[in-house]
Amino acid sequence: MEALTATGITKRYAQHTALRNVNVTIPEKTIYGLLGPNGAGKTTLIRIINQIITPDEGQISIFGEPLTPEHIGVIGYLPEERGLYKKLKVGDQLIYLARLKGLSKTEAVTRIKYWLEKFEIKDWWNKKVEDLSKGMAQKVQFISTVMHEPRLIILDEPFSGFDPVNAQLITKEILELKEKGCTIIFSTHRMETVEDLCDHIALINKSEKILEGSKKEVKAKYRSHTFSVDHKGVFNANENYEIVSQKKVEDEFYHTTLKAKLDITTNQLLSNLIAVTEVHSFIEKMPTMSEIFISLVKGESHE
Amino acid sequence: MNKIFLIIEREFLNRVGKKSFLVATILIPLIFPAIITVLVYINKKSSEGADKKIVYYVDESKLFEPDTSKYRFKKFNGSIEAAKEAYKHTDDLGLLYIPNIDIRDPKGITLYSLRQPTLEDENSINNLISRRVKDLRMAKLHIKKSTLDSLNENVDMRTVNVTPDGTEKSSNSMVWYAVGTTFGILMYMFIFIYGNQIMQGIIEEKMSKVVEVIVSSVRPFQLMMGKILGLASVGLLQFLIWIILMTTLTALSLKFTGVTPGQAAMDPAASSKGMGLITEVVNLPWGYIIFCFLFYFLGGYLIYGALFAAVGSAVDSPAEASQFIFPVTLPMLISYLSLFTFILREPNSPVSVWLSIIPFTSPIAMMGRLGSDVPLWQLVLSMVLLIGGFIFTTWVAGRIYRVGILMSGTKVNFKVLAKWFLMKG
Repeated sequence: MEALTATGITKRYAQHTALRNVNVTIPEKTIYGLLGPNGAGKTTLIRIINQIITPDEGQISIFGEPLTPEHIGVIGYLPEERGLYKKLKVGDQLIYLARLKGLSKTEAVTRIKYWLEKFEIKDWWNKKVEDLSKGMAQKVQFISTVMHEPRLIILDEPFSGFDPVNAQLITKEILELKEKGCTIIFSTHRMETVEDLCDHIALINKSEKILEGSKKEVKAKYRSHTFSVDHKGVFNANENYEIVSQKKVEDEFYHTTLKAKLDITTNQLLSNLIAVTEVHSFIEKMPTMSEIFISLVKGESHE
Repeated sequence: MNKIFLIIEREFLNRVGKKSFLVATILIPLIFPAIITVLVYINKKSSEGADKKIVYYVDESKLFEPDTSKYRFKKFNGSIEAAKEAYKHTDDLGLLYIPNIDIRDPKGITLYSLRQPTLEDENSINNLISRRVKDLRMAKLHIKKSTLDSLNENVDMRTVNVTPDGTEKSSNSMVWYAVGTTFGILMYMFIFIYGNQIMQGIIEEKMSKVVEVIVSSVRPFQLMMGKILGLASVGLLQFLIWIILMTTLTALSLKFTGVTPGQAAMDPAASSKGMGLITEVVNLPWGYIIFCFLFYFLGGYLIYGALFAAVGSAVDSPAEASQFIFPVTLPMLISYLSLFTFILREPNSPVSVWLSIIPFTSPIAMMGRLGSDVPLWQLVLSMVLLIGGFIFTTWVAGRIYRVGILMSGTKVNFKVLAKWFLMKG
């Protein structure tokens, strides 16, 4: 089942269109990366999913049902622009936020205690947020996002402002939540996190979705058919591949980068090479998400 | 709906839990009585305890009869020049010089003083001499002092309102004037203070960026209403405590002075000058006054509270808000100024009546008209319009608020606000 499907989402403002006919399909129990440059419309889409704003056109369904205010408790949202009440104590603050999500008071207390214990910050209950360091406040903020056990968690630039230790802790939690069956939407432009964490991605640029699919599919789609080969003995280009570069490492040993023709498979290429040289290593150079992102966004802007 | 109550509860606890609330609630009703008591006490102490000030006098007319209740007069025998020389070496209040004068045309009486005497001292001494000159003149005209005294009669006029249904009500326009002034000022102050608190709260939420977390759980309108109503409940609690404290204090002080409201009302003859005023104040229709005050406070607060909320949502800092506060609160300022220029004096003039009916000005204007037997239709119309006005401003404010809280870093003016108001969800 899909955790979330958005069809034909359009949102116009007086001066510009924030989203133009955007469709996304987010499979359940995955980490879904929502990518795009600043101002592309990611936050608008996320706000629409959170029912903070309503789209001009289009529908959203969540776990097979049309999205309604009833679903607020199903979603956990960590906005990019986030904060807490400075004057409130950590405990009171979390109870308040949990109850706004629909939890009863006793339920809220149990869950919050569990999380505070898990993060080893039990003694913060009576501390005011203004007395916490930024990293400490981030932990509290993360707890507020997940304490009501949402099935869909939306994290907008979750690692901005986190130190590496906390970032790692949060990463661990995110993977654990995924194991438990949560679906996580991840909005970011930090490509290394996408590479590490995301199963699916969508790329939004200039109010439109320009790419969507599983990480594998996307990479396969944008593979450049470039291979790097370590071998003994020179060989020349033929009708199946062309040589991008070839350099001598020592004696008879060479390192060659070659580009295969689109219609031959990797195995065909390999057997081709074996026939002409002694292959020591053979690796297809897959594009990184960052490369795909940049080439697509730049390509768009050239049009 | 449930979530609005959560927000109301949170706002209420936030404010009531603060020490400043406790201090303000308990101290404010005590401040004025306390200040007056302290002043009276100090005054009494200083006039009792201190030695009477010394005034020397040189009396060439042989007419001065020192009255020693306030000052110690010391006669100086000798010329005024010698007296001046002697006075210079003292530290006393003054040297009074009465030359040889004709009492029909007293001229040249002088008070020499080392320091500028206080107005009170100057007046007291002047009065002493004037009275003496008057007595001497009467004696010359062969008028006995007792004859003159019998001519002076204090007339105490009671004002009685005759209502169409025939009942007569004792009224004192001075007392109503005071009521109108006091409650008008309180109304202005409280709407401003509480409205401002809403705005501060909203700016704080926006600045700390917690607002997007909250609006992912509740509708922006619920958040705004919850804040407004939460603060209103704080205000009402505060008033309730004040009313209880004040009535208790009044009852206690009345017990000491020995006035029982019921008895005094029955027996107007018993109301001597001072007692009459107290009776008058105690016998005001307090239920009506307090009901009207609370109703108009709540209505006015809700109207302006919503506008303050809209302003708070639009700006990024309290400093930025000031440009909007003046235009938004202008009607309140107008009614406040009108209160003192004409509403209290002419409560039934057409302008006063209309100001007390238009929802933006009515909370303050109506306070000034409380004593003028406002016709029922005017009161009802005014109250209905107040409720309507509140619904209207809340609707407008809600539309601006929902956009404003998510916008930061925009340069906001009234045109931008209008655009937000028209924007679709």
